[in-house]
Amino acid sequence: MRRVAGLIFCLLLPMASLAKEAQFMALDPELEERANALSSELRCLVCQNQTIADSNAPLAKDLKQQVREQLKAGRTNDEIVDYMVQRYGDFVLYRPPVKATTILLWTGPALLLLGGGILLFVSMRSRIARSNATSELSVEDISRAERLLQSEQEGKA
Amino acid sequence: MLKWYIPLGIFLILAIFLGIGLTKDPREIPTPFIGKPAPTFKLSQLDDFQKTFSPEDMKGKVWMLNVWASWCVACRAEHPLLLEMARRGDLNIYGLNYKDQPTDAKNWLAQQGGNPYGLIVVDFDGRVGIDYGVYGVPETFVIDKQGTIRHKVIGPITREELTTKLLPLIKQLEQQG
Repeated sequence: MRRVAGLIFCLLLPMASLAKEAQFMALDPELEERANALSSELRCLVCQNQTIADSNAPLAKDLKQQVREQLKAGRTNDEIVDYMVQRYGDFVLYRPPVKATTILLWTGPALLLLGGGILLFVSMRSRIARSNATSELSVEDISRAERLLQSEQEGKA
Repeated sequence: MLKWYIPLGIFLILAIFLGIGLTKDPREIPTPFIGKPAPTFKLSQLDDFQKTFSPEDMKGKVWMLNVWASWCVACRAEHPLLLEMARRGDLNIYGLNYKDQPTDAKNWLAQQGGNPYGLIVVDFDGRVGIDYGVYGVPETFVIDKQGTIRHKVIGPITREELTTKLLPLIKQLEQQG
């Protein structure tokens, strides 16, 4: 019996690391949900391709705590995002704003698609033109071919 | 003929862009602080918690705020340079001890060969660090006489950075009114 209890204890041990997050969850689930949603929009500065919500870096935890506290203080999402941008620049946003410096970033994929489409269209058209050109025979060619065919038939007969 | 030039052209353009990308350090995030006033704070000093310090106390002086911690490995690399600057009297170097234990901080300074800082303030919970957009210690801010941030170094200061950028900038700022 004691062994089973020990085993269960060991299995539950990893849960301890979640306890702190869960603690916040239990205190105010609605606030925690908002904090999570907002943190998922913010990039962790240390572990660059994770969100603040996902990261376990100390700075990410501090910033998430900031988000919690500011939400609790009644600040809006926009105000909190502004707070982060003032300190860490646009880099902290997972969705960068449309600006002169980011216009290529936003229009790049569309431009590439458009360029590819134009290239495809042009090459298709030249290919069609080429295959038409080979099948088009002049009037003289056709009459020459007819004559040849006729003479062949006459020869057979 | 054109058939061969198009892929070659695309390849060259890609190669140029990727080549430029290689010369950049992805850890270096463009800072929004240059040209902005240094965020204010009021923190206790490491040597005497009763005493506080604010950036306003430095109005009229060119100074440097160096963010460091005893747990920060890269801080060891730049420490000799800071000591050298302090000995030469380049400018006032003030330390922001970031998320550190005061006793650890004092021991670390003794181990690393001395204290280059005119004064050290304690940012125990890292809140002032967030206000300064700190994400990787060490970081260093050069602040002019009006209290405006003029330059930021992310990571340890190198000798090259010191001689080519920091010292000329400090000299220029000192000459300004």
